[in-house]
Amino acid sequence: MFEQIIITIATAATPLLIAAIGELVVERSGVLNLGVEGMMIMGAVAGFAAAFTTGSPWLGLAAAICAGALFSLLFAFLTLTLVTNQVATGLALTLLGLGLSGMLGETFTGQPGVKLPLIYIPVLTELPLVGRLLFGQDPVFYLSLLLTGAVAWFLFRTRAGLTLRSVGDNHGSAHALGINVIRIRYLAVMFGGACAGAAGGYLSLLYTTQWIESMTAGRGWIALALVVFASWRPWRVLAGAYLFGAVSIGQLHAQALGIKIPSQFLSALPYLATIVVLVLISRNRRLTMINTPASLGRPFVPDR
Amino acid sequence: MRVELIKRPQQSALFSAVSPFIALGLTLIAGAIMFSLLGKNPLDALYYYFIDPLTGIWDPFNRWQLHELAIKAAPLILIAVGLSVCFLSNNWNIGAEGQFVAGAMAGSMIPVLFPEFHSWIVLPLMLIMGMAGGAAYASIPAFLKVRFNTNEILTSLMLVYVAQLFNDWLVRGPWRNPEGFSFPGTVRFHEYAILPQIWPDAGRAHWGFIFALIAAVAVWFMLSKTVKGFEVKVLGQSPRAGRFAGFSASRMVFFAFLISGALAGLAGISEVAGPVEHLNEKISIGYGFTAIIVAFLGRLNPLGIVAAGLILALTYLGGEAAQISLQVSDKTVRAFQGMLLFFVLASDTLIHYRIRLVASPAAKPAELAATEAAGNV
Amino acid sequence: MNNTGSQTKADLLEVRGLTKIFGSLKACDAVDLAIAKGEIHALLGENGAGKSTLVKMLFGSLEPASGDIVWKGAPVRVSSPGEARALGIGMVFQHFSLFEALTAAENIALSLGKETPISEIAEKARALSKAYGLPLDPFALVGDLSVGERQRIEIVRCLLQEPELIILDEPTSVLTPQEADKLFETLERLRSEGKSILYISHRLEEVKRLCDRATVLRHGKVVAHCDPRNESPASLARMMVGDEVVGAERPPREAGEPEEMLGICGLSRKPAGPFSVQLHDIWLTVKSGEVIGIAGVAGNGQGEFFEAISGEVLQEAPNVLRIRGKAAGKLDINDRRLLGAAFVPEERLGHGAAPTLKLSENLLLSRFRTDANAFLSKVGLVASGALAKASKRIVADMDVRKSAEDPEASALSGGNLQKFIIGRELDRQPSVMIVNQPTWGVDAGAAARIRQALIDLARAGSAVLVISQDLDELFEISDSIAVMHNGRLSEPVPIGDATYEKIGLLMGGADAAASPAVKEAV
Repeated sequence: MFEQIIITIATAATPLLIAAIGELVVERSGVLNLGVEGMMIMGAVAGFAAAFTTGSPWLGLAAAICAGALFSLLFAFLTLTLVTNQVATGLALTLLGLGLSGMLGETFTGQPGVKLPLIYIPVLTELPLVGRLLFGQDPVFYLSLLLTGAVAWFLFRTRAGLTLRSVGDNHGSAHALGINVIRIRYLAVMFGGACAGAAGGYLSLLYTTQWIESMTAGRGWIALALVVFASWRPWRVLAGAYLFGAVSIGQLHAQALGIKIPSQFLSALPYLATIVVLVLISRNRRLTMINTPASLGRPFVPDR
Repeated sequence: MRVELIKRPQQSALFSAVSPFIALGLTLIAGAIMFSLLGKNPLDALYYYFIDPLTGIWDPFNRWQLHELAIKAAPLILIAVGLSVCFLSNNWNIGAEGQFVAGAMAGSMIPVLFPEFHSWIVLPLMLIMGMAGGAAYASIPAFLKVRFNTNEILTSLMLVYVAQLFNDWLVRGPWRNPEGFSFPGTVRFHEYAILPQIWPDAGRAHWGFIFALIAAVAVWFMLSKTVKGFEVKVLGQSPRAGRFAGFSASRMVFFAFLISGALAGLAGISEVAGPVEHLNEKISIGYGFTAIIVAFLGRLNPLGIVAAGLILALTYLGGEAAQISLQVSDKTVRAFQGMLLFFVLASDTLIHYRIRLVASPAAKPAELAATEAAGNV
Repeated sequence: MNNTGSQTKADLLEVRGLTKIFGSLKACDAVDLAIAKGEIHALLGENGAGKSTLVKMLFGSLEPASGDIVWKGAPVRVSSPGEARALGIGMVFQHFSLFEALTAAENIALSLGKETPISEIAEKARALSKAYGLPLDPFALVGDLSVGERQRIEIVRCLLQEPELIILDEPTSVLTPQEADKLFETLERLRSEGKSILYISHRLEEVKRLCDRATVLRHGKVVAHCDPRNESPASLARMMVGDEVVGAERPPREAGEPEEMLGICGLSRKPAGPFSVQLHDIWLTVKSGEVIGIAGVAGNGQGEFFEAISGEVLQEAPNVLRIRGKAAGKLDINDRRLLGAAFVPEERLGHGAAPTLKLSENLLLSRFRTDANAFLSKVGLVASGALAKASKRIVADMDVRKSAEDPEASALSGGNLQKFIIGRELDRQPSVMIVNQPTWGVDAGAAARIRQALIDLARAGSAVLVISQDLDELFEISDSIAVMHNGRLSEPVPIGDATYEKIGLLMGGADAAASPAVKEAV
């Protein structure tokens, strides 16, 4: 029972983790993409459609990643090339994603999905308690941990990561030094899109294994909150994602146990938890100011 | 080839006026492409979307369509007018949908909890309660932003889900109509709790549309003629200049959120007391989000928002018409609306920048000069 | 005087007919320039003469519209700063191109080639900075450093690339006179090693002292090539401005009992943000009829001080600040204005004026309370007719040049916008005027006009407090000068007793440095 709960927590946390890690890289480059929800839902519908038509969940996952990245290009073109307001454009991306996915996914509603297989590692999976948890999960779970480590290493141990952080700190200085600010931001936004797409694909290929309109249910927004919660640090995103996974699974189990609280109140818990966490983390203005990438959300027009 | 922006010394008055039309034109083109990909005749589709619902103007037997247009436009305009104050002052309230539901719930308290209370005062009280409910709900993200520096985008959005779930609980639980079989929803409101129709003989349009027009004119006047409007603009574009003028950014956060919350709440109660006539779990159909598109298409000007609200309302009606006549899914409506916002934002770039296409960074100076001359927009 | 290109053989860099156009403005118009190996070459010119545009083209951050750059005898096209560095051109920016959230070593790493492993950069930087007498801590966050220290990082970063030509853009504008002397030693040492330096400045004394040759720009055109050692500061100034430069006229103060207009009694303020300065126990009195200057290197608390005096940030007790004898510490900025005070902040766009509002609307920004009778109708509506008229009057009084009837603030040049903002406040005839950096980025003619207006205002019976980083300016207009260092304010020094050396020592924190030493000795 306990083991089962932990495993479901991991399943709930993984999409949040992947989407939030992607957005973290975007924001570290100084771009605020509020379209995570939209990119995620596009990933979900593309992933489901590809897996459904080809029968391969792997192609589904690949399609989800591509869909997220391509969709994020729209945002990148508007905010980076045409220098539109990032907040408004991010909202537009979410609204467009929810609308488009509803239209594209209509024929798939109610269809049985194709599920990503779990990976069992012989012997290790049989270990008590931690066996299933650490060695009997789905492939994306492992990927998400790998991704967190890789992003942490990239940002703080490599020259390219340093360059990306410098662009997020002061795009004017970066431009003066000859760093191609726009190109780096395009790449970062597309990475974020790919991650959000993968997170969406995870939802439709594993978490629910079907297509339901608006199935992301605010997870994209929670991922955005996680980045703030984590003060733009990858390992803290991991902690936050599992915390939220625990809250959302906890309320599901509470519902199943028939606790005398209306189910709607329990369903509201993850959203309320997001608000509480944001309040706790934001109240120290000084700390927030130090951690926030200084160019975040600011428009940049290079002079040539 | 790359796109290069050149800052205009002044905002272009020309493009300020035409950019919404450019966006509409681009949306129509993109829509036509979308319909051809769906295997429909694009011209037919666009006809049903944008022309068919308007035929009522010339056809006296079809005037009900104009009334339906007003019914759809009323909440969009009310909410978007409030959002214009928020967005102009750089407060990103995107939880209007939640404030809409909160207003609907607060206003419904009177007819649901006191069904025997019949008086002419019921309706005004409901409207006031609706506005108060929306404003109170909007004050939560405002308070958190001012007091704890919490990002209002995320908190206001999270509160949308909370309001929807709470409403769901109300209409399935304590407020459910005992005689409603097992359908969720409150009792049907009595006649004193129903918003009257404007011309009952011609169609269903109710006073919500009049409220929307009054709100638009009032907010337009406030923004363009009073010091308060000046304060909104200054704080929105430059908080430091606002502080230098002696304006309080914190008070502005509350002002903007309370106004937009109250208007969203009014939209909510007008919807419930108007066309729906009782509170149910389906009242939240995304007006609060579509209103964001309306606000930007109207260029954050309340009078422009009236026009933009009518256009977006048209897409709802057109979606229904196209669904019946062409078997196009009603889901295309939201895709359409999403594209429109994209094109609006992209076209607005022309107001602040000239756009030119440059061949490639490696071109020789002479060629470069030639392309620049040719490519100026 | 005009001896351009006479020594082409030895020239490291030669520029022919370089032109850059922004919209309708020719920022650089067919500029010729030659820099020999091992020389310090001055590039002189007023604000807006095209100096920065020219060096940005040399460094590859701007693309020239036409003209040639010849490097060691071969024509080159510098299309990015990376290419400039590869050629051997290094640059120290005026407005630093540093990253506050990164460490000194990370900042340096960003402009070095990929070959250098990040782990070695800290050590290299430390060694080099020692060798040139530019001490720095590679692991310090740049946001925590003073402007002087930041400049050292810029210089070390530039030197680590082993450039043959080093471009320095207004390097002494952020230094105390003593720090500047140290910088000159470093530069002379670099010259003796055979490196060339392009030295941009508008400070004529230091150019005369340091540079071998000079090129003078005016309105984007080269007006002269000369040897500064054979010129006088006055003749150099004439070339730059194209006209005789008139200093402000400072008539003696009228006899009569001056009264206190502004009193600051023990003002302290906690730091507001992660990188802001704390104010410690500041005392100052400004009397009617006088101009008091506050000198100091940038980032020593001037901005925080201005915000506290203006009322954008309130004080903890009402008596900390007195305006015309009334306790004002708890009054907001408009109540302080109603007492007769007027304020001009350092930032024009985004603080003193809102960028996309029209000039007439920006007039309302600081005066909707004080002049409510004139600019608002009885029911509180904005009277745009009255605003337009008043704005016209200010534009005429201050000779503000603009392209449209009532343009947006951002459409004006920095200097013209500053004239408008100062005019907006002078138009009220304030009895206390507080100005931060009145002439920063303003051309000589307009600067002289602004300075004279401030003196005239004081002599007419008002109190004027000028915060500035330009010592020449303060010596020209002040009756006494106080110095701000690290959030503390020195006693004002009467202008008769003030010398550059004395003020410079205070700017470097001489007082503050002395007291802990005394403590240690005890």
